[in-house]
Amino acid sequence: MATVSQPAETPLVLGGLTPADVTRRVAGIVEQKTPRAWWAAFAFTGSLTLVLFAMLGYLVTTGIGVWGNNSPVGWAFDITNFVFWIGIGHAGTLISAILYLFRQRWRTSINRFAEAMTIFAVTCAAIFPLFHVGRPWRAYWLFPVPNEWSGMWPNFRSPLVWDVFAVSTYFTVSLLFWYLGLIPDLATLRDRATTRVRQIVYGILSLGWRGSARHWNHYEMAYLLLAGLSTPLVLSVHSIVSFDFAVSLLPGWHATIFPPYFVAGAIFSGFAMVVTLMVVARWFFGLHHLVTMKHLENMNKVMLATGLIVGYAYAVEFFIAWYSGNPYERFAFVNRALGPYAWAYWIMVACNVLVPQLFWFRRIRTSVPAMFVISLLVNVGMWFERFVIIVTSLHRDFLPAAWGMFRPTWVDLLTLAGSFGLFLTLFLLFVRFLPMISMSEVKAMMAAEETP
Amino acid sequence: MSEKAKRYWRSLDELTGTPAFRRWLEREFPEGASEWVGSRRTLLKLMAASFSLAGLTACRRPEEKILPFSKGVEGYVPGQPVYYASIMTLGGLATGVLVECHEGRPTKIEGNPEHPASRGTATAFMQASVLSLYDPDRSRSVLREGRRSSWEEFEAFVQQHMRQLGKGEGLRFVSGAISSPSLLTLRNYVLDRYPRARWVPYEPISRESEPAGIELLFGRPLQPVYRFEQADVIVALDADFLGLDNLAPVWIREYAARRRVATPQDSMNRLYVVEPGFSLTGANADHRWRARPSEIGQIARELARELGVNGLKVLGSGSSHPWLAAVARDLQRHRGRSLVLAGPRQPAAVHALAHWINHALGNVGRTVHYTEPVVRTDLAGLAALAEEARAGQVNTLVILGANPVYNAPADADFAAAMKRVPVTIHLGEEVDETAALAAWHLPEAHYLESWSDGRALDGTASIQQPTIAPLFGGRTASEVVALLAGYEHRRAYDIVRNYWLGQWKGRDGERAWERAVHDGVIAGTEFAPVSVTPDLRRVQGLLNEPAPPPADLEVVFLPSSATYDGRFANNGWLQEAPDPITKLTWDNAACLSPATARQMGLENGDVVEIEAQGRRAQMPVWILPGHADGAVSVALGYGRKRCGRVGRNVGHDPYPLRAGAQPGFVRGAVLRRTGRRYRLVTTQEHHSMEGRPLVREATLEEFRAQPDLIRKQSPKTELFSLFKEHDYSQGYQWGMAIDLNACIGCNACVLACQAENNIPIVGKDQVRRGREMHWIRLDRYFEGDPEDPQIAWQPVACQHCELAPCETVCPVAATNHSPEGLNDMAYNRCIGTRYCANNCPYKVRRFNFLDYHRGLQEVQKMVFNPDVTVRMRGVMEKCTYCVQRIEEKKIQAKAEGRRLRDGEILTACQQTCPAQAIVFGDINDPESRVSRLRRDPRNYSLLEELNTRPRTVYLARLRNPNPELASQEGS
Amino acid sequence: MQVFSRQSDRYFRIFLAVLLMAVLGSVTLFSFVSRPQFTEVGYSPVQPVAYSHKLHAGNLGMDCRYCHIGVEQSAHAGVPPAEVCMNCHARVKKDSPLLARVRESYESGQPIPWVRIHRLPDYVQFNHQAHVVAGVSCVSCHGRVDQMVEVRQVEPLSMAWCLDCHRNPAPYVRPPELVTRLDWQPDRDPVEIGRELIAARGINPPLQCSACHR
Repeated sequence: MATVSQPAETPLVLGGLTPADVTRRVAGIVEQKTPRAWWAAFAFTGSLTLVLFAMLGYLVTTGIGVWGNNSPVGWAFDITNFVFWIGIGHAGTLISAILYLFRQRWRTSINRFAEAMTIFAVTCAAIFPLFHVGRPWRAYWLFPVPNEWSGMWPNFRSPLVWDVFAVSTYFTVSLLFWYLGLIPDLATLRDRATTRVRQIVYGILSLGWRGSARHWNHYEMAYLLLAGLSTPLVLSVHSIVSFDFAVSLLPGWHATIFPPYFVAGAIFSGFAMVVTLMVVARWFFGLHHLVTMKHLENMNKVMLATGLIVGYAYAVEFFIAWYSGNPYERFAFVNRALGPYAWAYWIMVACNVLVPQLFWFRRIRTSVPAMFVISLLVNVGMWFERFVIIVTSLHRDFLPAAWGMFRPTWVDLLTLAGSFGLFLTLFLLFVRFLPMISMSEVKAMMAAEETP
Repeated sequence: MSEKAKRYWRSLDELTGTPAFRRWLEREFPEGASEWVGSRRTLLKLMAASFSLAGLTACRRPEEKILPFSKGVEGYVPGQPVYYASIMTLGGLATGVLVECHEGRPTKIEGNPEHPASRGTATAFMQASVLSLYDPDRSRSVLREGRRSSWEEFEAFVQQHMRQLGKGEGLRFVSGAISSPSLLTLRNYVLDRYPRARWVPYEPISRESEPAGIELLFGRPLQPVYRFEQADVIVALDADFLGLDNLAPVWIREYAARRRVATPQDSMNRLYVVEPGFSLTGANADHRWRARPSEIGQIARELARELGVNGLKVLGSGSSHPWLAAVARDLQRHRGRSLVLAGPRQPAAVHALAHWINHALGNVGRTVHYTEPVVRTDLAGLAALAEEARAGQVNTLVILGANPVYNAPADADFAAAMKRVPVTIHLGEEVDETAALAAWHLPEAHYLESWSDGRALDGTASIQQPTIAPLFGGRTASEVVALLAGYEHRRAYDIVRNYWLGQWKGRDGERAWERAVHDGVIAGTEFAPVSVTPDLRRVQGLLNEPAPPPADLEVVFLPSSATYDGRFANNGWLQEAPDPITKLTWDNAACLSPATARQMGLENGDVVEIEAQGRRAQMPVWILPGHADGAVSVALGYGRKRCGRVGRNVGHDPYPLRAGAQPGFVRGAVLRRTGRRYRLVTTQEHHSMEGRPLVREATLEEFRAQPDLIRKQSPKTELFSLFKEHDYSQGYQWGMAIDLNACIGCNACVLACQAENNIPIVGKDQVRRGREMHWIRLDRYFEGDPEDPQIAWQPVACQHCELAPCETVCPVAATNHSPEGLNDMAYNRCIGTRYCANNCPYKVRRFNFLDYHRGLQEVQKMVFNPDVTVRMRGVMEKCTYCVQRIEEKKIQAKAEGRRLRDGEILTACQQTCPAQAIVFGDINDPESRVSRLRRDPRNYSLLEELNTRPRTVYLARLRNPNPELASQEGS
Repeated sequence: MQVFSRQSDRYFRIFLAVLLMAVLGSVTLFSFVSRPQFTEVGYSPVQPVAYSHKLHAGNLGMDCRYCHIGVEQSAHAGVPPAEVCMNCHARVKKDSPLLARVRESYESGQPIPWVRIHRLPDYVQFNHQAHVVAGVSCVSCHGRVDQMVEVRQVEPLSMAWCLDCHRNPAPYVRPPELVTRLDWQPDRDPVEIGRELIAARGINPPLQCSACHR
């Protein structure tokens, strides 16, 4: 613990809070009476979620034709949303796993939040690969289940099968990691609980945590192991998602640069989403002392860095297209920048490359409204990045006679909106019923800071 | 492809970069809901059986019945298809067909190899005709004043009515063109019985100017019989003899036979086309001259002058165009081996000139001879009849299988005429515009339901035999006439049979009859050539006729590639088949040249009002590169008001513009923009090859100079695969070769595939969304000058790659490679991720975005081929090389303990192809035709730089330009 | 104050273990009973006519092909028309009430609605001719029909089951002329015979999808 990265003058907890205050602050949010504003927000996101279910119901009963997908554009909003949501998840894992292993103390007050976001994002993401198939009721064939009728197995050469494993592993590990971290805090809530219901519920959830040295010992060890497990996932999951494209032979998809490019993009969008949500939560629940400007600034720095990587990837793609001398490849990229979907391409460039440059300025980096707007724009940009990669590559490939245009239907749009509804609904439930900041870790961190 | 790169360009709008195009590009987010829900077309859908069953595998199944015959049928084995020889007649002319029947259901039409007009191939119309048989919107009962009635009632009515007719004053018959010998005898019988009666044979797509022209020249109305195989040089004057003016698939076969170039030494015919629109023939021309229809007469005249009588030039020759001079010299060089023909839209004079040129060049008897006409039609007669009717001189009008109210010349105003006739009897397959005005409507039997006979263009007679009992109680024209005339025989079978037994007096009639029915042709019935001598004074007269004054705008009336004259309007297969040139589906349009459109400030989809001689019609505009300036061409046969659900109000009706005097084209028309827009839908939105070597081309000289020129365009890089490759050295290895030089771009293969493989109809809106399901696609590229481009075809179906990109990405292994090199598609395993389609560089995979078969009626399901699974929604499908046919023949061969013979397996597209451009077979057998074509120097595979190793290969297109002209055109 | 006693930890663990076993158990059980061996085999519906294969094919020793004429020439074996029954029953047992339905069908021309027993999904194209000609006996798929009074399904007819034979045909191939001899007992190892026949007649059962799915 000698390698404390933070200089002492910028403490991570302000307002001279004692550990007791931390507990009171955080647990208080869960124990207080439900705020009106929460109900209002919940009503809104809840109805959006219902829209999502309605759209999926319509889709399953009627067919993929309710979307705008066509030939040649076989994938459009469906896979765009999938990649987008998976990307969002990455910040959580990065913060909780990698920053933990690097002993980045500032992570402590935001990791719980970010991990929760991971779970919910992956949940939203998982919807799309399942429902984008023409016959969802047969989607279980994607899993290697022995079949008495045909004895058929999945085709392990297909990146989609790799996806199945990558995503399900990712979800499982993230869930375990998140829940494990929650246990001590759940116990705290149990102990502070005043009503019997809460005592029982939190009691069961905290799995009989007593905070004994033995418990802490096991806990620390398990936490470290899971952190180690999730670290490669941060890199592997989105690399494998990128294989869906990289492994194909489509100009604009068939690129070796995809894995790093996708991972960077994922972290980029993930942090953007954390900032977007954190800024709101921080303001609403008054967590300025726990989630300090330093936290936010650090995240903005990460965004700036990853944004630059993404921008570099965009540039390299063009260079390679030109350098390869492959006419199809060249056309694909010229078509991206100047073709019918140029507007989408330039939205992407503007939001992902230009806008984040503002973070070079400390004043903007530390301005809450600015970072809120920028992080929103980055999310928009990252959604369009996936749209551009998928749709513009598909709509004009090898044989001009087979070219076409994709136009989303209202179902496409409402499904996208609905997925946000589900995401935010889960989030609201989270901030309402679970401690959104890891009390135990913050307190541990405070203790560590006090030691000279 | 000449060494200097051709100038390629994108779709017109893109080229001209109009704001409309921008708007169209930017129109990402569509207005409102997707309107396919509950649309008219949702009727055309059927729950795929595999769905319900696939869902139920785990639980006890529903009880299913087996219903055997009660009494055996001799020679019938359940599950074995039976083939019957018959004929299909269009415009009165018969083409031989073989009808494939499963369990008594006709499911597929093939050409009859024995029949001279077919020689085993079939056209798109023939392929699609089987769908019309099961059209649930067909007329189902006798109607009296629009109310349900019965044949009995009608018979009773006839009994008392016909008695009152005396000598038949005011008794009039209207029928289509008739070549049926038995029906013609019946007609004569009627006319003997009622001497004052008259019978008008009428076809809306009239070819009368041809015999008329020949009468001008030779003094007798004869019919030319062309022999394209014999012609080295062909000049077509507004004659689409490969496309819609084509009367028999055999014409295409004969023409294509002269485009096959196996070795650089082989020769090839040369085709010159002068035409206003852009026809299939024009698309295949080596030299094409865009001209207004009215100018073509002058062109013919000048060509004639150029040639003169035995090479001497007569007056005015100096004025003629260098193009014509060159053509004339080319014709001179090929005396007796050339052919000049004029199209049915051209007036008699042009035909006279054309045939005089043939005579002058000594082609008569070599590339063309003349016979008595097989069919006669009388457009003027119809007008006269309408006149009489309006004057109240017609009391009984019998219309047999014609729809004059819809398609008679506008100035005849047949509807008004019909209203003045007290007793009108209409026999028709559907309750159409004419039926709506008729006192009596009688359901007509489909040709697959009825006994009849007919003659091919050369006079060869055939018996038409039914393959199924009338589904909706229809009767044939002969039966109705027999009833009206009180003929001795009443059943079509007796009428036809007795006619022919009468012809075979002395011979063993029974045997002859059996034979005729079995073979589908009656030997020795073709017409004998008639010797002719031209009347030169007449020709001189024609030659010196002055050129007509230029009119501002001319409208050309063409048959539709989908509905012909409107009779196939309710046929979904044809409606959805894209027009070969415009690629429009479910619509017709007023086609303009880019220049003319620019002049008038018109864009695709602008609705204009066309006015010609006071008659009006509204039409959406479609800008067609290569169209003649100052002319508009419109396809007839759309905008049906009274017809089945599929064809009702599809497209716009140009018949109101058409006058009896000029059925082919009308001069002095005016276009007025209405300000309205109309959405036209195409299956191909992009028309340039983007400089990619997709359709490889060369001229004959270039090819002779360096035969490896085509191969040279292949990438130099050495290709290898990362995956372990299959071993293809053993057993049958299926492959296909498509000769782009023979392919003329007709839609026959598309329709044949649709019929063979149970391919659904998706409807206009789904096509607009890019979801057409055709397994084989005719890619059509424009190249060269946008005002006067050339066209290149490429039929693209699944290429059955040896290293198939689709197979590696399918997560559930639903598409796999067979040891025989087929790219198998297991529908029942497919879950529909569409990954395979995304990864297919040829984009030939088709996805069932919706349940395109939902809600089909039982009768519509009868057309399905039982050997092919009907696909449900959510699964991918594509060309299988007709694997059901492969397996069928393989099992047969196994049973007989032998290997398959080359050419024993025919894919549906190959079998029907009138040009015989498609060859399928075993590429492991070095002697098979396909193997030999794969060794052809013109052979190449599409996108071979991707190393997908397609099993389908293409043979490059060769053009045979006239060296004299090649220089001055410079394209 | 605590709501949970010290033991509750153990109880909770036990509960989790039980839950886990319940889930796994039910999954295994379901997948076991949902096998075609259970869902398909043994299906023996009541037929409109009490026709006994045991009597005709067994006791009377009639050849399968007397009624199922299509089996050697067509994909379908075919169910005989009433006429075939009447060939004999016009004389034999001509007034038996059991045959009323047959006589009625023969006279009225209305088919007898037999209930299908061996059913494959519509996306499966099975061909009797191909199998019979290759020397696969009726008994391989239909069992000892000659011993069944009422025919019942004896094999699962699942894809996996088909593939077993297609992958290893030797035990099921016999001289083609013996395919309808359901009681045929070879004097030596049938696998031997099968191997020889396969070698001699170049039999290679297809394994590609399109062999059955097209």
